[in-house]
Amino acid sequence: MSELSAKRLLIDPLSDNNPITVQVLGVCSALAVSGSVKNALVMSVAVTLVTAFSNLTVSALRNFIPSRIRMIVQLVVIAFLVTLVSLFLQAFSYDLSKELSVYVGLIITNCILMGRLEAFALGNKPWPSFLDGIGNGLGYGLILVIVGVIRELFGTGGLMLGTPLGFTFFGNEANHGIEFFKGDFFHAFFHNGLMVLPISSIFILGILIWIQRSRNVALVDIS
Amino acid sequence: MGDLINIFVKSAFVENMVLIYFLGMCSYLAVSKTVKTAVGLGAAVIFVLAITAPINWIIRENLLIEGALSWISPALSEVSLEFLGLIIYIGVIAALVQLVEMIIEKFSPALYMSLGIFLPLITVNCSILGGTLFMISKEYNLIESTVFGIGSGFGFFLAIVALAAIREKLKYSDVPAPLRGLGMAFIITGLMGLAFMGLMGIKL
Repeated sequence: MSELSAKRLLIDPLSDNNPITVQVLGVCSALAVSGSVKNALVMSVAVTLVTAFSNLTVSALRNFIPSRIRMIVQLVVIAFLVTLVSLFLQAFSYDLSKELSVYVGLIITNCILMGRLEAFALGNKPWPSFLDGIGNGLGYGLILVIVGVIRELFGTGGLMLGTPLGFTFFGNEANHGIEFFKGDFFHAFFHNGLMVLPISSIFILGILIWIQRSRNVALVDIS
Repeated sequence: MGDLINIFVKSAFVENMVLIYFLGMCSYLAVSKTVKTAVGLGAAVIFVLAITAPINWIIRENLLIEGALSWISPALSEVSLEFLGLIIYIGVIAALVQLVEMIIEKFSPALYMSLGIFLPLITVNCSILGGTLFMISKEYNLIESTVFGIGSGFGFFLAIVALAAIREKLKYSDVPAPLRGLGMAFIITGLMGLAFMGLMGIKL
C-alpha cells in the first residue's frame, strides 16, 4: 500500500469521485439535513464515522460472508454502528441528539454506506477500505456544508444562528451573535422562503454539479 | 372502499414519496436514463413496497408493540420491543430485496445487468423504509397499509418513468454540455416537485 494511493483514496472522493455529485449516492439525506450548517456538520461527522467503521468491519469479514446473504450482514453492521452513534449522541450531547434524532436514524438508509460496501469494501483489504470510508464521508460532508451555507444564508439571513458562533448578514432577525452590515440598506432584504423548503437544495445541487462539470470536462455526461 | 381509493390517490399523487418527501432519490436519479430500466426499477419498488408494508405491519402488531407478547405468557404483557423496530423492519426489507434480486437474475438477466448496483440498493432506498415508517405514524390497519404500500410504489413508478421520458426527449435538446445528464435531472426533478406541491390538500 503506497503513500500515493492512500492519498488518492482520501482526496478523490472530495472532488473527482464525490459520492453525491458524481456517484449519486446519499442524495436523500443531503436534501433533508442541509437546512442549517450546524445540522449539516453533525450529520457529516456521524456519516463519516459510520462509513469508515462499517467499511472496515465488512472488509475484514468479506471472505466469510456468503454472497447470497451479504446485504443482511451489511445492514446488521450498519444498524449496529448507527445505534452506537445515536446512543453516544444521547449520552454526551442530549440537546443535539433531540434535534437530530430522526436524521441519525436515517443514516441506516443512506445509500453511501451500502454503495461503498458493495463497490469497495467487498473487494479490498481493511485498511484501504477504512480510508475509502473516511474519504467518502468527508466528500459527503463537503457538499452538505456548501448547500447548508447557501440555504441558511438566504433562508434566514445568517449563519450558525443559535450558537455562540452565529451571526447575521442581512434582514432584521433578532440574533444573539455578531452582526455584520448594520444599517437600513441591509435590513431591507427579505429572507427567501423557498430556501427553507427542501426543494431548494435540489436546485442548488443541480447548479453545483453544473459548476463542477464545467471545471472538470472529464466528468461531462456524453450520452 | 372510498377510504381505500382516497389512501391510494393520496399516497401516489398528493404525498408522492419522491417529489414531495424526496425519499429514494439516489436510485431515482441514477436509473432514469432510459424508460425501459425505469419501468423495471419502478415495478420492483411497487412489488417490494406492496409486500413489506403489510408484513412489517403484522410483525409490529403481533411482536413489537407493548402487550403484543402477552400470548406467550401474561408476565410479558408489559414488554415493548418497539426499540428494535428499525433493525427488524430493515431486516425484512433486506430479505425481500434479496428475493427480488434472485428472481430478476433468473428471469431477466438483461434487466439484472442494466439495474446493476441499484438493485441491492433498493434495500436502502429510503422510500421503502419510509413507507413502513409513514404507515406506522398514520396508524393504518392491515388492508389500508397494503393499499398505502401499493400507492406509494405507484407514485415512485410514476415519477421515475416521467423523469426517464423527459430525459429521453432531452437528448435532442441543446443543453449546455456540463449540465447534461445528472445536473439537468436535478433541475427537472425540482420543477416537477414544485408542480406536485400544487396538488397539496386534494381530497377525494
